[in-house]
Amino acid sequence: MSSIEERVKKIVVEQLGVKEDEVTQNASFVDDLGADSLDTVELVMALEEEFECEIPDEEAEKITTVQQAVDYIKAHVKA
Amino acid sequence: MSKRRVVITGMGILSPVGNDLTTAWNNIVNGVSGIGPITHFDASAFSTRIAGEVRGFDPSRWIAPKDVKKMDAFIHYGVAASLEALKDSGLEITEANAERVGVSVGAGIGGITTIERTSQALADGGPRKISPFFVPSTIINMISGNVSIMTGVKGPNISVVTACTTAAHNIGVAARMIAYGDADVMIAGGAEYSTTGTAIGGFCSARALSTRNDEPAKASRPWDKDRDGFVLSDGAGVLILEEYEHAKARGARIYAELVGFGMSGDAYHMTSPSENGEGAARCIANALKDAGLNATDVDYINAHGTSTPAGDLAETQGMKAVLGAHAGKVLVSSTKSMTGHLLGAAGGVEAIFSVLALRDGVVPPTINLDEPGEGCDLDYVPHTARQVALDVVLSNSFGFGGTNGTLVFRRV
Repeated sequence: MSSIEERVKKIVVEQLGVKEDEVTQNASFVDDLGADSLDTVELVMALEEEFECEIPDEEAEKITTVQQAVDYIKAHVKA
Repeated sequence: MSKRRVVITGMGILSPVGNDLTTAWNNIVNGVSGIGPITHFDASAFSTRIAGEVRGFDPSRWIAPKDVKKMDAFIHYGVAASLEALKDSGLEITEANAERVGVSVGAGIGGITTIERTSQALADGGPRKISPFFVPSTIINMISGNVSIMTGVKGPNISVVTACTTAAHNIGVAARMIAYGDADVMIAGGAEYSTTGTAIGGFCSARALSTRNDEPAKASRPWDKDRDGFVLSDGAGVLILEEYEHAKARGARIYAELVGFGMSGDAYHMTSPSENGEGAARCIANALKDAGLNATDVDYINAHGTSTPAGDLAETQGMKAVLGAHAGKVLVSSTKSMTGHLLGAAGGVEAIFSVLALRDGVVPPTINLDEPGEGCDLDYVPHTARQVALDVVLSNSFGFGGTNGTLVFRRV
């Protein structure tokens, strides 16, 4: 089983069409990885799908970097 | 002031008979059918299990991989054909000309595959499962929108939606925009991807499709006595329309001139053609009037000819009503005998075939026309293409709702 970090990274690569080495811990989806507002919504949907959870909109808005996504999943999803 | 003339300087095609001009035209001239078993979904429960699908198409050749999933396949087709047409025209989009170049590419149905899939996601998982790209990936004007975004063209940006007349109307309306002065160049045509469960099922229920499942290549047989409906197909046909002086000034290759455009409404029935094809007749007459030509000037008509019992007969009656005694001398053929019916893209690919017929002096055949049905008594160029010097060529399109369009092309 891959780690949460690896799984998040894989989704970011797929959703935003970026290279794996661009997806650093502190990379911002919008500023560093070229996402627009619609991309970030779909990215959160993909995370929900992968980790079988529901991320409320007000929480989703705060997830703007790879690390924030990993932290949220770790805090709210049972591995 | 004399009317600004409109010429064709570029063309792009995706179709069941090929995804580039040379391949598609070779197949059309040689009478090769593009119809086969449906592979896009499991059609085993459907009364019709054949279609004309586009084969060997990779959208990422034209669209960035991360954007591919934000567009329904009909947009992939429309964008690819538009970009190919632009490339074919040799026109560079610059800061200086961007505002004088527009897009008018439509579809008959639009993003039906994505609508189907999203409806299922909503039913299965609720509203949170609907993608933020659902709306922009399915609405019909997003071919024009995406082509503008990708190429930087800033002129008129529209999409006419008129069922199977969509592409012909987009081309005609775009030409008017050039003639009127709104633009110097228009990227115009149509695209469709509707070989999917709900669309095939809907046309099956309407008894519109051929059920000749065992002989796909023989299913589309316009005017033949055993015709039993049309074959649904996918693809795109896009033309670069350009103001004549503009094209000349940049030394562009000019394929042909678009000299006339006519429209009419049937005011008759949702899906059946008007009696004796009178709506079609008025449409053809309007196009000839716009072109300033007489019926006797017409050499070849690329007919709507979908292979439905009622439609083929009505179109024949309509053509005869307009052409009168000259009808017997006009060559008429239906390239749908090979491509099937591309709905909103049909008028685009058929405009391309009309233009190539003019260029090469070759009239494409109507394949599968073994024995004409009752009342179908024109020269439909059965089975084999014919070499004839052509000067004036018409392309007909008729759509559900009773919406008609005819384009008139002429050698330059």
